Amino acid sequence: MNRTMTILKRELRAYFATPVAYVFIVIFLLMTGVFTFYLGGLYERNQADLEPFFRFHPWLYMLLIPAISMRLWSEERKAGTLELLMTLPISLVEAVVGKFLAAWCFTAIALALTFPVWLTINYLGDPDNTVIAAGYLGSLLLAGGCLAIGSCISAMTKNQVVAFVISFVICFAFNLSGFPIVLDLFSVWAPQAIVDVISSFSFLTHFESILKGVIDLRDIIFFASLIVFWLYANVLTIEAKKGS
Amino acid sequence: MDKLIEVKGLVKHFGALVAVDGIDLDVRRGEVLGFLGPNGAGKSTTMKMITGFLAPSAGSINVCGHDVLSDPIAAKKCIGYLPEGAPAYAEMTPQSFLEFIADIRGLTGKVKTDAIARAVEQINLEGVLRQPIETLSKGYKRRVGLAQAILHDPQVLILDEPTDGLDPNQKHEVRALIKNMAEQKAIVISTHILEEVDAVCSKATIIAKGRVLFSGTPMELAEHSHYYNAVTLTVSSDAHVAIEQKLSALSSIANLESAKVQNGLIRITAIPVSKEPIVGAIQNCIHENNWQVAELFVEPGRLDEVFRNITIGPQHSSEEARS
Repeated sequence: MNRTMTILKRELRAYFATPVAYVFIVIFLLMTGVFTFYLGGLYERNQADLEPFFRFHPWLYMLLIPAISMRLWSEERKAGTLELLMTLPISLVEAVVGKFLAAWCFTAIALALTFPVWLTINYLGDPDNTVIAAGYLGSLLLAGGCLAIGSCISAMTKNQVVAFVISFVICFAFNLSGFPIVLDLFSVWAPQAIVDVISSFSFLTHFESILKGVIDLRDIIFFASLIVFWLYANVLTIEAKKGS
Repeated sequence: MDKLIEVKGLVKHFGALVAVDGIDLDVRRGEVLGFLGPNGAGKSTTMKMITGFLAPSAGSINVCGHDVLSDPIAAKKCIGYLPEGAPAYAEMTPQSFLEFIADIRGLTGKVKTDAIARAVEQINLEGVLRQPIETLSKGYKRRVGLAQAILHDPQVLILDEPTDGLDPNQKHEVRALIKNMAEQKAIVISTHILEEVDAVCSKATIIAKGRVLFSGTPMELAEHSHYYNAVTLTVSSDAHVAIEQKLSALSSIANLESAKVQNGLIRITAIPVSKEPIVGAIQNCIHENNWQVAELFVEPGRLDEVFRNITIGPQHSSEEARS
């Protein structure tokens, strides 16, 4: 546990040691602002809620989270520090979890910095803050899911650009897996049961149900098991590829 | 003396390629093993397996009584490892990097500060502690890697090319450091610099194509040299024909090699029959004939020649030099 924390601290500091952290936070805040007020029409709707703010998070994360996760393992592999890390007395699981948590903490910081939107809506009206809290929780879970995918993909390649592009595509597919654009690829040949399973993987469906303020255990379990699955795949990937 | 590293029948395949093909190694406390071999011989792969980074295809590795395969964490705790190229997190400073390593190794409080202070002092890192590692010179980067390896005062040190990229003064420092630590530890260094074997190692193992071709002390290695116990004397070029005639008449000398050096001098190397000492016979000869000799010394054995002979087969260097 201590070693996981040590990894977490180092990784988190590494984000802020380079411009990545600041660029990410600024772009994230700018884009959430633009989406909320222009595309979402927060003022025009005349409703005291943050639905127009949260609604775009799956699309923002699809683009921005791979930029956070791409360096997690590919940089270690490229710089050779993976060998250093793996010969220290630390298990691979501890390292994978530590790095993932660092990236997750980082997105939590970025998400927390959107608090002016929350202040604004509380100033303008009288929103249901428990629904907003559920929205933040859902957004954090969604970010965790994208990060776990990105972390695993970044272990597969030494090239960060490749890691970025592949993570982006997979997050995109997960976002849209409830829609014909993805389902049509399967419905032609796969049995209906499989198509149903795939459509149940949709980030959008699970996220939107949390946004309504109803925290359904099934949605939490969905994101939690998604994270566990991808991190487990992450461990296996490093195990298989560390020598190359 | 207890065995701190025990490797038996180590094999590593990468697909169809056999990188390591049945290597056995024993290193005891107080020993410095020089691990030699041409590039691609399997030195680094072997070290990566001993330190638990790569899993062997076959064989067993025991470090400080811990099986590296079944109890990797315990084994890794007693190993200090400098990987090839001394990788380190580029954006960190040596100070924060060493703190990170100390934290992972479970050092806390005063033990941690003392360990860092000691490593920094031993490796001479004071001047650059607060500079990002990516801005450091190659020599300093290597030293950061060394500091990291000795931080927890490990019983076993595995150093993959510890002096690569260092200037002669730094090389000297690192070798002195290794010698100082040698008594309490079992140390393995890989190198392709042969002088290093003479300078720091108590044992040498030469491998090529994943197999051990020689294992013994540096002295035994030198005995393999064609030039072992040969005597070299430098004389003026006017006298050398007469001297060579007399010398080749000696029964203890197998053959002679001569090479021109500057200022009209010629260097003659007399190679003994079956590596027996011949310096006495030659000295008598010099006295009897009253030769003027500018220089006279016994060859210690040429390690680079032995290395070539062992790794790629005998080179008839003596024949070439004769003509």
